[in-house]
Amino acid sequence: MSTPQTPMPPAAPGTPYSGYTSPIPVVRTHLGHALASEWTKIKSVRSTMWTLGVFLALVIGIGLLTGSVVGGSASEGELGSESALALGFFGLLLGSICIITLGVLTTAAEYGTGMIRTTMTACPSRGRVLTAKALVFFALAFISTLVSSSLVAVAQVGMVDAREPSGGEWLKATVGVSLYLALLGLLSLVVGSIIRHSAGAITIMIGAVLAPLVIALFMFSASLEDLRNFLLEYSIPNQLSVFYANSLSESGPSGWDPLWIMLGVTAVAFAGAYALLERRDV
Amino acid sequence: MIELEGLTKRYGEKVAVNNLTFTVRPGIVTGFLGPNGAGKSTTMRMMLGLDRPTAGDVRIDGRHYDRLKDPLKYIGALLDAKAVHGGRSAFSHLLCLAQSNGIPRKRVHEVLDTVGLTAVARKKAKGFSLGMGQRLGIAAALLGDPRILMFDEPVNGLDPEGIHWIRTLMKSLAGQGRTVFVSSHLMSEMALTADHLVVIGQGRLLADTSMADFIARNSRSYVRIRTPQPERLLDVLHEAGITAVEAGGGAFEVDGEKPERIGELAAQQQVVLHELSPQQASLEEAFMRLTAGSVEYHAHSGAPAGPQWGNDWKKG
Ligand SMILES: Nc1ncnc2c1ncn2[C@@H]1O[C@H](COP(=O)(O)OP(=O)(O)OP(=O)(O)O)[C@@H](O)[C@H]1O
Ligand SMILES: [Mg+2]
Repeated sequence: MSTPQTPMPPAAPGTPYSGYTSPIPVVRTHLGHALASEWTKIKSVRSTMWTLGVFLALVIGIGLLTGSVVGGSASEGELGSESALALGFFGLLLGSICIITLGVLTTAAEYGTGMIRTTMTACPSRGRVLTAKALVFFALAFISTLVSSSLVAVAQVGMVDAREPSGGEWLKATVGVSLYLALLGLLSLVVGSIIRHSAGAITIMIGAVLAPLVIALFMFSASLEDLRNFLLEYSIPNQLSVFYANSLSESGPSGWDPLWIMLGVTAVAFAGAYALLERRDV
Repeated sequence: MIELEGLTKRYGEKVAVNNLTFTVRPGIVTGFLGPNGAGKSTTMRMMLGLDRPTAGDVRIDGRHYDRLKDPLKYIGALLDAKAVHGGRSAFSHLLCLAQSNGIPRKRVHEVLDTVGLTAVARKKAKGFSLGMGQRLGIAAALLGDPRILMFDEPVNGLDPEGIHWIRTLMKSLAGQGRTVFVSSHLMSEMALTADHLVVIGQGRLLADTSMADFIARNSRSYVRIRTPQPERLLDVLHEAGITAVEAGGGAFEVDGEKPERIGELAAQQQVVLHELSPQQASLEEAFMRLTAGSVEYHAHSGAPAGPQWGNDWKKG
């Protein structure tokens, strides 16, 4: 009974295999299909509504609040030589936690539920799945940040009596920070794909945002001065503040530097995640 | 058609699947049997390109899974019915799968109807009962109207009506010329559905045979005897050229002999019999015999042991 039958010789490519043929037309799938699928996924879970809702509430709420407090104070020139745009920083810094969470959940949640096996069965090209997730998330995060930060910027400049910002400053305080935050979220998505565990990846990302600054604050020793300055200047909150030209120090990143730094880090992490995804079992 | 050739999967030291070679053919239901931990799910994951084989190869109609341009129209698989985002509705879950393969939206409604979930299509999957979850998994498998269907223990947790429904469904799918591959650890279940049988134990192929063949070979009939005079009985049977095998519990089993003849012999020689009964070995027993050497997780039979420290505790 336990004599395995001799295997059928592997068929030559193109050999018609008998069996059932479906009336559903055959389509060659491509990235567009994966994008449509990921868009349906991200908009059909409540965690997206929650994280983005809280994000918008934080950015707009804190923005309007600081605008009205600063604008309401009697003394003119409260902000010195700064423009009112700088007030947008606080809301975005807090809001970044929401973007990080949404980014991580986009990938890691599928591992938690086991949905990833269904996803990868439907689309065996693993790189395509990761790319589609990255694009859909990035677009969503960028547009949400752009809309809310622009709204806040216009409101604050109108409310506060300070120097008129230049065109370049407007661009950095809206498009610049939006690209930066969306990239930070994308990095979180990539970390989620590597760690495959939501809580773990969120902890790592929030740690990466806060730890350098917190550690630097407690480095009193003079011999650690250089390290302390490096940590302060390249911490994510400080990089974000560079877009408003109010960095903690004069040296360190300036202008659009933070964006290129984040782009480089995310690209490296993405390549790593891609390679791991191809190698590991789902 | 699915062809496996020397398929092997190692997790560290552990060999989960060991050099499997067999073919799953279209038009019939192929049952994939093995005790817990035999490597059935691992084999299925490798067929779907989810786990990378350590060695060997799987081909779907001659191609590797990740070379399929429209995978859901080739294979529909139910691996784990719980593998769904609980916060997503049944409809959205199926829709995102359909979109990834360019399957029209109206097909989602069709499969929801087929499995009887239309009424709860907009409900979140986490509120689903075991049976509803299983039906959602089957709906996902049917979505692309695929030529090959693969189910990992589809009847787990289903009520009798659900089991009957799946059985009928699998047969009708095979009847349409599709390849149907279904795993189980219940031989009795497979006997009712499968036309062909692949049995594995500890990752190794133990049998690859048609169901009819398996039944013919394994539905052994024998006579069971119990007696207070075992030596006398064995002598009597021996003289008549009959071999009896000790079967434990003081019973003997005789193959290929009529109970009438044994009864008459015993009466002539005045051997007392306490039991003389014709028996038919169940397929389940045949399956257990086949896999006996390769069961990974044995339970100890009999009553559960009391706590070890019980006696000391009483003394103290
Ligand atoms: N990802 C993994 N890492 C390590 N070991 C694994 C992994 N997946 C499976 N195994 C081991 O491989 C063996 C086969 O497991 P598998 O799940 O394929 O068995 P099965 O036949 O599906 O069992 P069951 O009937 O209980 O579902 C088991 O011993 C299991 O512990
Ligand atoms: Mg299993």
